[in-house]
Amino acid sequence: MTQPSAPILKVENLAVAYKVRGGEIEAVQNVSFDIHRGDSHGIVGESGCGKSTVAWAIVNFLGANGYVKRGSIKFLGQDLVGKSPEELRRLRGDQIAMVFQDPMQALNPSMRLGDQMKEVLTVHRGISESEAEDRCVDMLQRVYMPDAANVMRRYPHQISGGQQQRVVIAMALLNNPALLIMDEPTTALDVTVEAAVLDLIAELRREFDTAIMYITHNLGVVARVCSQVGVMYAGEMVERASVERIFAQPQHPYTQGLIRCIPTLGEDKASSALYPIPGRVPPPNARPAGCIYAPRCDYAQQRCRDERPALRLLADGVQVRCHFTEEIDPGQWTPPEEVEEMVETVNGQADAATPASTNNGKPILELHDLRKYYPVTGGSLRDVLGLGEKRFVKAVEGATFSVPKGSTLGIVGESGCGKSTLIKTIIGLEDSTSGQARFMSFDITEGLSERNMALIKELQMVFQNPDSTMNPSYTVGQQIGRPMVRFGTVPRSQVRDEVIKLLQSMRLGANYYDRLPRQLSGGEKQRVGIARALASRPDLILCDEPVSALDVSVQAAILNLLLDVQREQNTTMLFIAHDLSVVRFFSDNVAVMYLGQIMEIGPADAIYRPPYHPYTEALLSAVPIPDPTVKQKQIRLEGSVPSAVDPPSGCRFHTRCPRRKLLPDDGAICTRETPPWQEAGDGHRIFCHLPLETLASFDPVVESLATH
Amino acid sequence: MTVAPQTIDVPPSPSRWSRAWDNLSLVFASRIATVGLVIVLLWLVLGIVSLFWTPYPPNSSLFTQNLMPNSTNWLGTDHLGRDILSRLMAGTQVVLLKTRLPGENGWVIPGGVAVWGVIGALFFGSVLGLNAGYRGGWWDQIIMQVLDALVAFPAIVLYLVIITAFEQGDLVVVFAITVTGTPGIARLVRSLALDIKTRDYIRAAETRGESPSYIMFREILPNARGPVLVDATLRVGYAIFAIGTLGFLGIGLPPPDPDWGSMVNDARRFIFVFSWGVIPPSVAIASLVIGLNLFADGMREELGRYQK
Repeated sequence: MTQPSAPILKVENLAVAYKVRGGEIEAVQNVSFDIHRGDSHGIVGESGCGKSTVAWAIVNFLGANGYVKRGSIKFLGQDLVGKSPEELRRLRGDQIAMVFQDPMQALNPSMRLGDQMKEVLTVHRGISESEAEDRCVDMLQRVYMPDAANVMRRYPHQISGGQQQRVVIAMALLNNPALLIMDEPTTALDVTVEAAVLDLIAELRREFDTAIMYITHNLGVVARVCSQVGVMYAGEMVERASVERIFAQPQHPYTQGLIRCIPTLGEDKASSALYPIPGRVPPPNARPAGCIYAPRCDYAQQRCRDERPALRLLADGVQVRCHFTEEIDPGQWTPPEEVEEMVETVNGQADAATPASTNNGKPILELHDLRKYYPVTGGSLRDVLGLGEKRFVKAVEGATFSVPKGSTLGIVGESGCGKSTLIKTIIGLEDSTSGQARFMSFDITEGLSERNMALIKELQMVFQNPDSTMNPSYTVGQQIGRPMVRFGTVPRSQVRDEVIKLLQSMRLGANYYDRLPRQLSGGEKQRVGIARALASRPDLILCDEPVSALDVSVQAAILNLLLDVQREQNTTMLFIAHDLSVVRFFSDNVAVMYLGQIMEIGPADAIYRPPYHPYTEALLSAVPIPDPTVKQKQIRLEGSVPSAVDPPSGCRFHTRCPRRKLLPDDGAICTRETPPWQEAGDGHRIFCHLPLETLASFDPVVESLATH
Repeated sequence: MTVAPQTIDVPPSPSRWSRAWDNLSLVFASRIATVGLVIVLLWLVLGIVSLFWTPYPPNSSLFTQNLMPNSTNWLGTDHLGRDILSRLMAGTQVVLLKTRLPGENGWVIPGGVAVWGVIGALFFGSVLGLNAGYRGGWWDQIIMQVLDALVAFPAIVLYLVIITAFEQGDLVVVFAITVTGTPGIARLVRSLALDIKTRDYIRAAETRGESPSYIMFREILPNARGPVLVDATLRVGYAIFAIGTLGFLGIGLPPPDPDWGSMVNDARRFIFVFSWGVIPPSVAIASLVIGLNLFADGMREELGRYQK
């Protein structure tokens, strides 16, 4: 790669500290990198490792208690450290632009989008109102905003999340900034929307002459949009290389570990394992004296504990902060024994029961045409008086499936597709509107208040958000012990022993018994949440995105733990996630939902291979794959998910279906008639008008999946 | 290659004492809260001392009337020649330290009128607010409408109605404070319950089939504790104000024990002859209320910082 001589941004030995009660905390230490024109520099790392702090230091958003302690930030040759707030403010508006995670918070909800955009030009450039208008429309068109002139007159809430992020990006580009900082710009978006925004960013990089600093925790996203990558760990940059090098030959043990602990699309629990990184990221005030990664490193030696390594330049422009990187061969890496053991047993189990969908045979949960509608009250006078037509949000429509004992059904879909409602209906937090649902011999169409304790005990749930899954007022032991007392599964005198046993099986020690939730990390809280769900020894566990709020290294550990539980206790699981790689890895069967309707259901490996539903195809093509060499078909859905109050007639997906044209009359039948369930063998069913032969003739979305 | 052991270093779990110290150090972390606490403690100590000893008997006219502060009577004497300092100290008792039960035998219960009034408001406010917030629907509608109707009356009118309906007495004042304080606390608890009931741990309790009362009192209430206690502290301040107002109107705490409001009221009648008399009890009321306010404000700030 040829690079012009002067970098746009050059950060050297940056250290950022926050003053807190009783001292200060160095959140970021010794960070150096540079970004050249036309470059897209990714910064990856787990939460709390200082990625955002670096970005904030550049734009001087550190807040009242943060300051740059050491080092320099050179932007176009001038040092930003020590500049007056007024100068920095002018620079920020004019030359550096920033895009944040949540577009709804970046846009003023009470101003029209056009006025917000024009302000950028009229304030910083002194451009006249009418010219600004033209340039804004022009810019919106460049970020592929449909109907740009019209969007200018709308308010932020009138456009979808993906479009909001487009507006924010357009706004950032209006002044043609030399540096564009993006802080997790797609993390809050659905996977299909994310894919479209990532396409846009990749294109902007080529088209505009802008240097991009891209912060994310998602290695798949990095692989898609970045040219250079810096990996951060506990406030330091541990490795920096081109994106191809990072994924092909990661040098630092941390980078290697990070790549090992994410499932790639197409891997499943029978054929591969996830290797979590042991331990956790040290808090900024308790970092080890030597190499910060030494306590968690498989290769740590005495020198690593004594002496902090410097960022060294290897051949081919790779920088790494490790004493022994030349001696480390990832090929020779042996996984920790317990993970290895687990993989073997899981493999054994899978071999014994093929195909996966029929293991243990007997269905434990059977749903037939289950529906859940929520009534909506309109705002008109007729509605208030109860005279208007009754309207419903059709959150779950005609769910029909069965789950064999001991297997896992994964449910995927974008947000708002009804996957959480489905689970809540099954567990009884909501009662169903119509249809049948049976769990073992119990009828479960009624809500919790109608169910008896024997049934309640058998259905337990693991929640998404580790911060709200535990009651902050009670200790770990009390919270895990409560279900035991409540259901009487354990005599009161033995509850304590039983809780400790359970804690140990979650790989938490007995000393966690008296901890309060605020003393635990996110992953530990999630383990306790799982322990609490297991305490009543349920037959069915419903997991609502149990790992999506966790860092990847912790996510791997939690997934392994759940697999372990399932293997030991033969528990049946329903597993919701929006990450298709995780679902593929974890589940035996997968259901794909769109707008309350199950579109496709079947064994996991069948779902990820043609024939598949056009919606599944679009989802698969949107998944960011952490491997820059993989070729992925680009199928992007247009528009946004329609309202569930008035779902489209016929097939619910017809408004956005890219494959509809393959049917006669441009797919007129899709708008008129509900599609049939087509059997593709082995319990694989597809809800589509397109004949199976056509669906089967599609090329696989991801090349490696076909050969897998 | 060696493999790093899977153990994680964990700090030992803190004892009950160190937890209590953590909570206490929260107070001292805020300068405002510390100042407030010192003022409140000063009055508490004066009140406790007055139970056993005052410079002179608070109710006997031993001195010349209407004296300015001097070396014998540090804060002067009132219109009946009683020592103002002794009366001021004893006046703390009915507000913070003891409540006299009706009847001739003169029994008292520990805890002042203001304190019991707020405890009453805390109890009814929490029960009503939790039911309204957690159960929602008709429960919410009915409870909050009734409480809103109660708020619609000016507090002073409510006091007058309640006290004239019953008789003068400590318990009636407690009751009046409870009635006027309940809607505010119920409103606060309801809003907290509305927030807390969306958390996943409430879902977990529901999927365990816990009863609504378990969820309300065991799962929600402990987490609403911080803001509710801060609000209650503020309300003790308002209650002291209210007692002062009632005393001033002449329908407050019954004699013979001195209370600050009645002291202001008595001194008011001679304000043109002897204006000093109103100052010590007024300053006493104001300083205790300010102390409680500062304490509550500081705590709120610190609690907010910790929750972040």
